[in-house]
Amino acid sequence: VSHPAKLRDLLTPTLVAARPPGGLTGREWSLLVRQARAAGLLGRVAELADTDWPPAAQAHAAAARAVTQAQVREIHREVGHLRSALSTLGAPVVLLKGAAYSMLDLPSARGRVFSDIDLLVPRSALSRAESLLSMAGWMTTSHNDYDQRYYRQWAHELPPMEHVHRRTTIDVHHNLLPQTARTKPEAERLFEHLVPVPGHAGVFTLGPADMVLHSMTHLFINDDTSHALRDLSDIDLLLRHFAREDGFWRLLLARAVDLQLTRPCHYALRYTAEVLGTPVPPMVLSAAARYGPPSPVGTVMRWVWKRVLSPPSSTPSHRGGSLARWLLLIRAHWLRMPPGLLFRHLVIKALRLHLRGKGRSAELQTTVREG
Amino acid sequence: VSRTVKHLGASECARRLGSSGGLRLRAAPFVLAVRSRVPAVQAAVHRVYADYPLVDDDAFVDFEVEVQWQRHGLRPWRQLAVFRLDGEEPFNPLPADQAFPLLEWGINWCVYSMCHQYLIVHAAVLERGGRAVLLPAPSGSGKSTLCAALAFSGWRLLSDELALIDPASGQVVPHPRPISLKNASIDVIRTHAPSAKLGSMVADTKKGVVAHFSPPDGSVDDQRPAHPAWVVVPRYVAGASACRLDLERAQGFMTLVENSFNYDVLGARGFEIIAAVVDHCDCFEFEYSSPTEAVAFFNSLSVTGTDK
Repeated sequence: VSHPAKLRDLLTPTLVAARPPGGLTGREWSLLVRQARAAGLLGRVAELADTDWPPAAQAHAAAARAVTQAQVREIHREVGHLRSALSTLGAPVVLLKGAAYSMLDLPSARGRVFSDIDLLVPRSALSRAESLLSMAGWMTTSHNDYDQRYYRQWAHELPPMEHVHRRTTIDVHHNLLPQTARTKPEAERLFEHLVPVPGHAGVFTLGPADMVLHSMTHLFINDDTSHALRDLSDIDLLLRHFAREDGFWRLLLARAVDLQLTRPCHYALRYTAEVLGTPVPPMVLSAAARYGPPSPVGTVMRWVWKRVLSPPSSTPSHRGGSLARWLLLIRAHWLRMPPGLLFRHLVIKALRLHLRGKGRSAELQTTVREG
Repeated sequence: VSRTVKHLGASECARRLGSSGGLRLRAAPFVLAVRSRVPAVQAAVHRVYADYPLVDDDAFVDFEVEVQWQRHGLRPWRQLAVFRLDGEEPFNPLPADQAFPLLEWGINWCVYSMCHQYLIVHAAVLERGGRAVLLPAPSGSGKSTLCAALAFSGWRLLSDELALIDPASGQVVPHPRPISLKNASIDVIRTHAPSAKLGSMVADTKKGVVAHFSPPDGSVDDQRPAHPAWVVVPRYVAGASACRLDLERAQGFMTLVENSFNYDVLGARGFEIIAAVVDHCDCFEFEYSSPTEAVAFFNSLSVTGTDK
């Protein structure tokens, strides 16, 4: 039997209203901090005005802000290094997701935590980009034949590359979805609307509509939904920001068709509006609705998304959450790989997991710092 | 006078640890909610945390942690201990009998990986006469032995692992927690301070035998911060007599940086905080083998004042 206070979702109302609900008890404040931390959203909540928060909650907010500020410094530094490493690539270098939000200082960058830098380059420039990056110190992290083959033959990115001194990780993509996915954009079309990053010649981001569609795809065709609410909040902030530009909604729907990303676009518009109150015009919602799944599937998916998009917690309010996550994992693999390949991939993964555990040890170790 | 864990009695303490709300206690400056159904953990918490104040059910909780037993996924006859924060498992499980050390390591991890409102240095901190000594050093240097020797000889324990430095004041905020000792140093301290309360001892960890002692009386509920006056890099050398080797301030600075958990997170502010700390400190290395001699050395230091 659990304490009733635990059952309440305090995080979603905080995101919708851009302030925590009034009159919270001490225990409820700690529940809000916990829900935000587990959702990867503590940094974003910490960006809200915290002057009337209790001191204990303010302390957690200050700690979270220190992390996001460190990340902003790091991303600016790394983009400088990337630009010089890739200055002779002869092809556009496109920043994706968190790195793009941060370099353009978009609202979705605020308080966002990310662990690696995602790049997109044309497929024709991929191997050249890889060798230029390794000359600048970014080395592949995968030393296993199956992984190398998996990435190079089927994936839409190279194995992650880690810098030997600074320990930053970059993922170099040539598309937004794996080569084996059922529907995916034609990679060349992603370069049609690039936006230059100020102060970094040769470095770009996707155009506004494409950037939003990538964020939508990332959430709604993904095997890892542990930070689903954070990803939904990104989409919400991007939509609110770009909606101020004339013709944005029409462009978004047109690009969804161009890039074959209509299904994730439908889900994203529906659930940002429902869960976070994003002001999506009704005409846009109904136009996107025709890209939804047929009704029996739609009903199941609705049950699934509603669970996944509530704050992660181990409380009974979340019952069904793990089933929902499992269904999405299966779905994501189904959408990304033909069945035969999927079966093979899962068998190899399972065998390898059995042979060696991976993870971190609890003993206290001072980290070795370099550079 | 606030009620502490020992006022609960062993069975009520165990009941709370096993309940969904957990045992809620103040390990200043934090409030912890601890859950465990593991009998060895329940007994160890009751002994080691005996003097820690209880907090109201409605208080703000900084970290909700738990340590439970779990069967090994592929070898179900093997029991393992898992640590969870908010239901997440940040570490690999350990053998079942290491459940209590795992709880301690897990709580340390919560502090050093998340509490960036402080600059955090891997260091023991003790205070006497209003001035604090920082003992920054990696494991195996004799830091914990020296820390325990001083703590059980009248110095106030601020922390045996994690120095929390307040950026605004440059003072160390006390976070007294059970003192962890390993292998030979356990008997060294039991001989030096027979009254020290041993709360938990586990053999065969990756670090060897690990023991946890209750903090000395008076350390737990004293929340006064202290100004660092000495940065001392301890080194246990068998047979050596107590010996001080002066360090340049720059060396003291680098020692604190190297032992800091979040210097990089705080950026320029981290640099300023450490520079301000070192500006007011004598920095030296300290070789010793006898805890009694070491305590005498530090006692004389605390009465003579800074000699620079």
